[in-house]
Amino acid sequence: MERLDQLFVLLKKIILQFAESFLPAPLLPFLSILVSITAIAIFAPLTMMYLTWLERKVIGRMQNRFGPNRVGIYGLLQPIADGIKMLTKEDVIPLGADRVTHFLAPVAVVVPSLLLFSVLPFGRNMTAVNLDIGLLFFIAVSSIGTLAIFMGGWASRNKFSLLGAMRAFAQMISYEVPLVLSVVTVVMIVGSLSTEKIVEAQSGWGGLRWFVFTPWGFVGFMLFFICSVSEVNRTPFDIPEGESEIVAGFHTEYSGMKFALFYMAEFLGAFAYSAMAATLFLGGWQGPLLPSWLWFGLKTFCLVFTMIWLRGTFPRFRVDQLMSYAWKFLFPMGLSNILAAGIWYHTPFPLSFIFATWILLLSFIGLSRLNPTGTRLERRTYRFAE
Amino acid sequence: MFVIWLLVISRTEMDKPETTLDTQMLEVNIGPQHPSTHGVFRMNVTLDGETVVRLKPAMGYLHRNHEKIAEGASYLASMPFTDRLDYICSMTNNLAYAIAVEKLAGIEVPERAQYIRVIMAELTRLVNHTLLVGFLLNDLGAFFTPTLYAFREREKILDLFEATSGARMMCNYMRFGGVKADLHPGFMEKLKEIVENYPRFLDEFEKLLTENEILMSRCQHVGILPKHLAVDASATGPLLRASGVDYDIRKVDGYSIYPRFKFRVPLGSVGDVYDRYYVRILEMRESIKILEQAMKEIPPGEFISKQGATGAKSPRTFRPPKGDAYGRIESPKGELGFYLVSDGTPNPYRYHVRPPSFINLTILEDMCLGCKVADAIIILGSVDIVLGEVDR
Repeated sequence: MERLDQLFVLLKKIILQFAESFLPAPLLPFLSILVSITAIAIFAPLTMMYLTWLERKVIGRMQNRFGPNRVGIYGLLQPIADGIKMLTKEDVIPLGADRVTHFLAPVAVVVPSLLLFSVLPFGRNMTAVNLDIGLLFFIAVSSIGTLAIFMGGWASRNKFSLLGAMRAFAQMISYEVPLVLSVVTVVMIVGSLSTEKIVEAQSGWGGLRWFVFTPWGFVGFMLFFICSVSEVNRTPFDIPEGESEIVAGFHTEYSGMKFALFYMAEFLGAFAYSAMAATLFLGGWQGPLLPSWLWFGLKTFCLVFTMIWLRGTFPRFRVDQLMSYAWKFLFPMGLSNILAAGIWYHTPFPLSFIFATWILLLSFIGLSRLNPTGTRLERRTYRFAE
Repeated sequence: MFVIWLLVISRTEMDKPETTLDTQMLEVNIGPQHPSTHGVFRMNVTLDGETVVRLKPAMGYLHRNHEKIAEGASYLASMPFTDRLDYICSMTNNLAYAIAVEKLAGIEVPERAQYIRVIMAELTRLVNHTLLVGFLLNDLGAFFTPTLYAFREREKILDLFEATSGARMMCNYMRFGGVKADLHPGFMEKLKEIVENYPRFLDEFEKLLTENEILMSRCQHVGILPKHLAVDASATGPLLRASGVDYDIRKVDGYSIYPRFKFRVPLGSVGDVYDRYYVRILEMRESIKILEQAMKEIPPGEFISKQGATGAKSPRTFRPPKGDAYGRIESPKGELGFYLVSDGTPNPYRYHVRPPSFINLTILEDMCLGCKVADAIIILGSVDIVLGEVDR
């Protein structure tokens, strides 16, 4: 059991021991880093490829169709076929585009989303880089992607791209605020920004003492998840690339592998944010019986599946509704969640639960009443002429 | 004291000009190649940020000289061309043209043919409205799920069309004085199945959509078309009825045998996109009622009159007397009319189509001004256009 739990850690150890026989000692730390990097560099694109497969398959099932099933059994080789297609496609750069920026944007969008993987605790002792400020690093790096998206939209010299880029900027900056606010609660309770420490703080109760089971943790989790769906531009928050309105938004003018890189960033982002949500609120790799990395994978998969499910179900918000949702609802909710977490920390157990629940319930009801778009909705009755 | 000071501050803040930046309007061509213009339609939109300040529809990308071609062909030869007008509802196009020619030549239609025509027309209405709701949701940003649910149901009806007329979309089924062929033997059982299952599908569809908060907040109070404006622009069909005007040609004109059926006309109150969506759902439910009644009452007998049958066999001998006629029906999109002038030759002297989508489209700008780009798209979707009919 213990060995299964530490499978990948042991693998790395074996590689390092093997290398010890012929490498000089000062080079070993570098090799250790290199092994981790290689693992991530293989794991991340593979995840992305099979997430596209999963999304097409799941949405296909939701829509009474099969999804890809021609290449390989269950279409399992479809991502590879897609990759080949993408690589062999013509790369079109529009006339009058800013060529350098146009080329740099897809690169700049993928690198941060790969970097995100370095601080994720994939299992016990399985964080590639155990930074003291892992969480801060995650948030800081993930927001670089916004800039890359704007680069792409601006450099394309296309009005749809520009509109999409402007939307992306407005949206991602607005949603970063409640995202950070929801994370603050965890940092307050744990007292550390290290992702390892955050997971360790959720140990106990046979591995089920997750933050999501506390009132502030639940609200924080919801806020974090909603904001992360928005941060990776997925339905119902996919206005930057809303295909029915602005064709494809910021990546309208990208083709071939460059387009695939934008797509890759989106899927890697979706995976990384889901993994982070699992780390922060669902106990990371904590869980009974199963090996730690399997628990982590399962939790992440569930969240990714929810994102796909949302995509298969919901229509899209409008720009102004999206903004007012972030600033008028999520933002104040995040603030009151911080208050609730503070009270939770400083009062003894039964009282803390009651206080925190009441604060959150009251603010939820109050905010949803105050929300002007909420009150305008009406259930209508229709008259009939004979 | 503090409050007053705050008020004063906020007033002075408000009086300031909003910005000193040099801002420009953004002119965007939405279309002719665009995922949600429902064909090759172009909207020349001027945007202030995201808000639409001017919208000029540009049509004609699909112009096929339909009317002039019809003037050079015999009356019957235009029948298959009418399929291509509104290619989603070919049956109703056929019906409107057949009614116009029958008026012109004074041809009687046997009882059974009338029932068959009503059944086909109402099935077409189901097809059209189901598809429209699906595509409207696509315009709203749903990832094809409602559309594919709609396609699943549409497929069943198209199978029926195929079995009856030989074609799924370009049916070419109506003839002057009746229909091309009688219903095939298994038709009634299949129709019964559809009629029984359709309400269940609609319930499921509505559960997904009608009270969905995103759909409500996107559609309600968006693209309002006031009553008087709708009437002034001679809008017809669900677009007009969603604005609360009681005008259904099946009731007003009572063409074919519609007065025999009991059905109601749903009317909207606000005239926004949501009303247009919901009026269509309710209309489908009424169509199912008509189908139920028609299924029970359909008599045996001839499916085409003698005169019509000879006319269908040798179209060049079909010479309506001199004169003109205007035949109109309530097609799923609105009033579809054919105006024909005969000079006694086998070809019509003048052949004019009154396309509902084209005329409904003329008020697009009035509905879209002040809305966001995303709203303009769903308003266009809720008008329900087919470019084959708009451009002809």
